[in-house]
Amino acid sequence: MSRRAVITGLGTVAPGGIGTKAYWNLLSEGRSATRIITHFDASPYRSRMAGEVDFDPVREGLSPQEIRRLDRAAQFALVAGREAMHDSGIEFDHLDPSRIGVALGTAVGCTTSLEREFVVGSDRGKYWEIDQNYTVPHLYDYFTPSSMAAEVAWLVGAEGPATVVSTGCTSGLDSVGYAAELIAEGSADVVITGGTEAPLSPITVVCFDVIRASSTRNDDPEHACRPFDRTRDGLVLAEGAAILVLEELEHARARGAHIYGEVAGFASRCNAYHMTGLHPEGKEMSDAINAAMDMARVDPTAIGYINAHGSGTKQNDLHETAAFKRSLGDHAYRTPVSGFKSMIGHSLGAIGSLEIVGSLLAFEEGVIPPTANLHDPDPECDLDYVPLVAREANVNAVLTVGSGFGGFQSAMVLRKVEEVRR
Amino acid sequence: MTRAVVTGIGIASPNGLGPTAYWRSTVHGEAAIKTITRFDPSGYWAKIAGEVPGFEAGRHLQGRLLPQTDHMTRLTLVGTDWALRGAGVQENDIPDTDVAVITAATAGGYEFGQRELQKLWHQGPDYVSAYQSFAWFYAVNTGQISIRHGTRGPGAVVVSEQAGGIDSIGHARRQLRKGVRLALTGGMDSSLCPWAWVAHQASGSLSRSNDPRRAYLPFDRDASGYVAGEGGAIMVLETPESAAERPGTRIYGEIAGYASTFDSRMPSREPGLRRCAELALRDAGMDASEIDVVFADAAGIPELDKAEANAISAIFGPYGVPVTAPKTMTGRLFAGGGSLDVATAILSIYWSTIPPTVNVENVVPEYELDLVLNEPRHGRVRAALVLARGRGGFNSAMVVREYR
Repeated sequence: MSRRAVITGLGTVAPGGIGTKAYWNLLSEGRSATRIITHFDASPYRSRMAGEVDFDPVREGLSPQEIRRLDRAAQFALVAGREAMHDSGIEFDHLDPSRIGVALGTAVGCTTSLEREFVVGSDRGKYWEIDQNYTVPHLYDYFTPSSMAAEVAWLVGAEGPATVVSTGCTSGLDSVGYAAELIAEGSADVVITGGTEAPLSPITVVCFDVIRASSTRNDDPEHACRPFDRTRDGLVLAEGAAILVLEELEHARARGAHIYGEVAGFASRCNAYHMTGLHPEGKEMSDAINAAMDMARVDPTAIGYINAHGSGTKQNDLHETAAFKRSLGDHAYRTPVSGFKSMIGHSLGAIGSLEIVGSLLAFEEGVIPPTANLHDPDPECDLDYVPLVAREANVNAVLTVGSGFGGFQSAMVLRKVEEVRR
Repeated sequence: MTRAVVTGIGIASPNGLGPTAYWRSTVHGEAAIKTITRFDPSGYWAKIAGEVPGFEAGRHLQGRLLPQTDHMTRLTLVGTDWALRGAGVQENDIPDTDVAVITAATAGGYEFGQRELQKLWHQGPDYVSAYQSFAWFYAVNTGQISIRHGTRGPGAVVVSEQAGGIDSIGHARRQLRKGVRLALTGGMDSSLCPWAWVAHQASGSLSRSNDPRRAYLPFDRDASGYVAGEGGAIMVLETPESAAERPGTRIYGEIAGYASTFDSRMPSREPGLRRCAELALRDAGMDASEIDVVFADAAGIPELDKAEANAISAIFGPYGVPVTAPKTMTGRLFAGGGSLDVATAILSIYWSTIPPTVNVENVVPEYELDLVLNEPRHGRVRAALVLARGRGGFNSAMVVREYR
């Protein structure tokens, strides 16, 4: 019998509040937590807004060493990881460590710390030859983001397969897909997975500025990210993390665990089109959706809710609307679609996992969070995007998608476990 | 179970470009560690590295690709071209949705990133390249390969420091098992710029010696760290059925087993390398006695060398299997290292020769290793075990064997 991967623990660090409960409150109330950047002086930049997390590492229980040594993204991962471990109810000390794995998503790793250290070592960019006398001892751990997977592995005592999955803005979906594969193939019984990102530093802001992907609605930061709206003008960067405990179904049942849902299908596709551009037909995203639905053995009509990528760029929202129609046919028009980036911004490699958490809570609570800031629908985006206000609905299967630089298109089908025929 | 065979190998190594040149140098033990030329190393205590010589990206890639790519991406794209050519894959031979691209990364396009960071901080935001958003991030090589070859199947990137090169191939094999026909996989890495170099120095793992013949001495009593290098291997991995559709396709060997584990931080627990190797053997359905050579991780750091020697002895017995580390010629290639070792193991099977380990003179006797020193060993190689470890505790192992 095939091994199925279910989610039994959630942990969240998101704009608007630490913890899964605060995150759900924000989503279900349709509030937006994007604001003018406070982490640094963003006044020289085109887009000056972000979804920032109010994060006090001391209050969150990190040790002075962890605070000194770890990039903010790694700190997020530990805090969300602890919440997820606790939420799962697993006594990790009692598990066989060799059966615990880690698959962590991140798009840009420890960029914030790297940039901070660059500024010191180069004397604000004055010198190409970086001064070796001004480097911190843990610089190498910022240099390669696998250090963050190692931190998470140490947290839970994992000795099974561990890695970082880094596929840009789909990392948070792809890491969970990777984790589900580890469980399905029998390499692990429990995998700590999810995504983390703390990219809010000048270089990241400029990256999106120069290609004009980010919103310039700096006078109204709370309402800047407007997925599927006629007036949308780009994404709003963000930070955050979501960590999930993925577990083999029988393993979870044997200990009477609370099961949020199942990773029933996952697929990723390259679009072979452009490193940052999207073809308006959405063919490759549609291929990924079809493959994920095939793997989950669900018919399009079984999908009760679509969690959109909804980045709020002109091209993205058209691209995925086309993909949904291509894959779900007429059912796409009857399926509620919403985008969380309208509320928490786009946290690159973390957002896919944050969206999974929100989608699972939609099962749990029987509520579909809305697309905030959607007042003036784009006539070319003609699906039901659940504007402004959450909606009660009994959903049994969710499709969540992601799309990112490099041409990555990913889709995942999450399903309530009650449906599983044994 | 779907089988996975290697039909194309693209190599960029400090001691050779392409599988033929690389293999010739490697069998003859030609080392390529030298004083750094890619930047001025005079301000750094570590001054040597394995650089890929004679690589002129403009001879292989269209001009428009140059401003948008870091050196490591250029190496990757050219290596992929060579691998596909070697495999005899023509455009439209295989439906685009049946091709996956799975690569490994460690630090992304770091030199590109340093240049853009310098522009941002020294000149201002208007000077930053529009390509920065993707040229330096970890996912770039998979994206660029996919675009260059029009592949529309699954894409992924794994980062597990120096174990990632093997993990990428393992993940590519998963894609074949899920129904994809062919995967372009492996890693090519390069981080030879001042901004990367201070990170390498900070790792505490670089050798303090700047004598190219004495700096990187794994398993030697004088082991004192490693030398960094650039390059790696990209391979064409496909199902035998897919290869059979192109008559005359050469099958170099088969990826028979793969596993990865992570080390506990608790000193009471054994490091995960031995278990990793055993899991890979089990995955291949093979016994240790069927392995003709081990390509060691060969960290060059005494504690890690000892741990690896213990793992090898525990599985194969004292002096129980020939062990080699051709990376003593090139330095360690980070995301490219594991995949180059897998490629080397496959070439070793193909050419019935075990390439040597160089520079090592005094193997620590307690390690009880049969290290293949200085001269190649000729004779049939039916199967090889390749080991890799990444900083923090990542272990990966791969079993490759003759395809029959």
